[in-house]
Amino acid sequence: MLVFLLLRLTPGDPAAILAGDAATAEQIAAIRVSLGLDHPLVVQFAIWLAKLLSGDLGQSYYFRMNVTTLIAQRLEPTLALTALTMLLSVVISIPLGVIAAWRHGGWFDRALMGFSVLGFSVPVFVLAYLLIWLVSLQLGWLPVQGYARIADGFVPFLRHLVLPAITLSVIYMALIARVTRASVLEALGEDYIRTARAKSLPELRVLVRHALANAAIPIVTVIGIGVALLIGGVVVTESVYAIPGLGRLTVDAVLARDFPTIQGLILFFSAVYVLVNLLVDLSYVFLDPRIRF
Amino acid sequence: MRRLLALLALAAALPVHGQDKVLRIVPHSNLNILDPIWTTQYMARNHGYMVYDTLFGTDEKNRIQPQMVEKWSESPDHRLWTFTLRSGLAFHDGAPVTGEDVVASLERWGKRDAMGQKLMTFVERMDSPSPDTFRIFLREACGFVLEALGKPSSNVPFIMPKRVAQTPADRQIDDATGSGPYIFAKDQFKPGDKAVYLKNQKYQPRKEPPSGTAGGKRVYVDRVEWNLALRDAQSQVNALVRGEIDIIEQPAFESYEPLKADKNIQVVNSNPLGFQYMGRFNHLHPPFNNPKVRQAALAAFSQEPFLRAQIGVKDLYRSCASMFTCGTPYGSPKGSEVQSKSNVKKAQELLKASGYDGTPVVLMKPTDLAAIGKLPDVAAQLLRQAGFKVDLQAMDWNTLVGRRAKKDPPQQGGWNMFFTAWVAPDIWNPLTNPAVGALGEKSWFGWPSDPALEKLRDEFARATDDAKKKALAEQIQARAFEIATHAPLGEYVNPLAARRNITGFVTGPGNLYWNVKKN
Repeated sequence: MLVFLLLRLTPGDPAAILAGDAATAEQIAAIRVSLGLDHPLVVQFAIWLAKLLSGDLGQSYYFRMNVTTLIAQRLEPTLALTALTMLLSVVISIPLGVIAAWRHGGWFDRALMGFSVLGFSVPVFVLAYLLIWLVSLQLGWLPVQGYARIADGFVPFLRHLVLPAITLSVIYMALIARVTRASVLEALGEDYIRTARAKSLPELRVLVRHALANAAIPIVTVIGIGVALLIGGVVVTESVYAIPGLGRLTVDAVLARDFPTIQGLILFFSAVYVLVNLLVDLSYVFLDPRIRF
Repeated sequence: MRRLLALLALAAALPVHGQDKVLRIVPHSNLNILDPIWTTQYMARNHGYMVYDTLFGTDEKNRIQPQMVEKWSESPDHRLWTFTLRSGLAFHDGAPVTGEDVVASLERWGKRDAMGQKLMTFVERMDSPSPDTFRIFLREACGFVLEALGKPSSNVPFIMPKRVAQTPADRQIDDATGSGPYIFAKDQFKPGDKAVYLKNQKYQPRKEPPSGTAGGKRVYVDRVEWNLALRDAQSQVNALVRGEIDIIEQPAFESYEPLKADKNIQVVNSNPLGFQYMGRFNHLHPPFNNPKVRQAALAAFSQEPFLRAQIGVKDLYRSCASMFTCGTPYGSPKGSEVQSKSNVKKAQELLKASGYDGTPVVLMKPTDLAAIGKLPDVAAQLLRQAGFKVDLQAMDWNTLVGRRAKKDPPQQGGWNMFFTAWVAPDIWNPLTNPAVGALGEKSWFGWPSDPALEKLRDEFARATDDAKKKALAEQIQARAFEIATHAPLGEYVNPLAARRNITGFVTGPGNLYWNVKKN
């Protein structure tokens, strides 16, 4: 309801955008009527809510498509991008965080912390342009832009996705590596670690089976919270790399004052966020058998 | 393993459509509306030129030439026009194009387009006595029948099948069947991602060489793909440099230097008449409801500072004292002295004499439209120098577009002035140029009201003699400068950038993709 109201209070008229530059005020008014924007806000809200309750997100003003279909069309690129980003981030940053905690105070630890500060500080679009310049324009290894659907072949799919995923994963890696380091560091000071080492267990087993396993809850939590960060990053990354996903759709919808699409996207992103956090909460049971819901 | 990697690399390098010749284009904007009659958006117009054909075209020398029409005649009293369609015209679904399709298309267009609406005030009726013929019966003679039918920019009178053209004019069409050189691949259209056009193998082009929107529309590629997702200016340049796309329709002005430096890229000016910048006054509210105040503002608006700040590249702009595009039949400096021979001192004197009471001028500045974003800053500075109080309000373009339709006073969400740009054919004569319309609240945003100006425009519409039309256009312009309908702020071109292997560009108001070859 808040989103609905905020959108209607935002300056800008979708009818004027659709009509074109030479349209008259009368033509714009006629389009407003055809979009149902002439109704009082309460009526507009009631219509939208009634449709929503029957599973209909409405019709996009700008794209003239059902919003659900529109979101479904754009889902694959965003899903692929975020999945690869999360995979890269988790696979790289957790081991790095563990090593940094293990070598606490050493050069590796300092370098990683320096990297994480940099990762937080560099805007996504700057990083994207730098990577494009280096990897695509100078080395010619990967395409500058675009998206290839997985159905068109795995290699082109991957080639188009690697650079955006690296771009997006840097900030995420910085976050996960820092939290991993802090959590593992705390775990390494615990009695059970001392006991494990006293039992002459291999250091790798101590780190992974005992320290990391006990530090897992904050790490998993931050991965879940970081999804919001990813959603924000996706908007910028998809714009720079011309990926026709939900991020790009969000930008287009906001610029066009496409209220039904914006509302649909916010609902969708909110649902994803809630779902991810629910999964994170449920995972606590597996990570720490003492926890019961 | 090495063989496998080599095969994978090869597979990745191959284009998706094997042997097809695909022209990959980044258009100037997004394509969301597929009805070029319902909206005046230039993207819909460009889509229209791909899919539909026109009765007449406008050639490179701005002359009207037949396109779908084979021959035509005009009765001695200029009231009956008879047109014969050329043979072999067919829609993409195989049905022949008939006079009935034409009549239905013109009727729908006449309800939306400003020039079409004007034409329809003269039209008594239209009919199609035989499949290849249609007639227009006029109540009285008017001098712009062919100009209207060959109008090159929005809304272009594209010819659609009767069943499609019968869609109410206030509703968008759903069927993109045309008879033009390309077929719209509806199943491959992904709004915000890509639009695909396939070569119409059955299209029969005219024998004449292509010229503007006229002449033979020969297609030398199998398909054209509009990349709608690539909107970031720097990413467009990067993609062109890498050869991932073939054409950028409208590169950012600051991109020309790096683009020209690349030996694989050419910069082609396929729209030499280009665009005109315009500042529009709101005639409804103080201080611009006072013509003397508008005159003072006009006097402050020397064009060079606007062009220098906005374009920056000297080769791409020129001052033009005319409200109708310079270098076209009605382009003239007549009556423009208040602006063309102005200076700050003169503006200050005029403002003092106008009785201006210090009411702030609300200027709307779009922050997200690089092509016009600097104009309001220059205007604000020049107005301040002339003695105006200025309230420069920043907003995104689509906020501006919504706000400019409001007739409320500026302090209640209205406005005093905004800036825009027009492609040449949209403003090159007194009937197409919306800014010289003076029908009050029925006019284009800004809503000037001036019966004398409207009387002159009516006379222009009725005139059938070229010399008389030219004289009337000059009078119209002089009157428009006198009441300061708007401020023309100079002209510019925005050449396209393409890979060097792309040749055969056609000159026109937008970007036309027939005759283009990919070598």
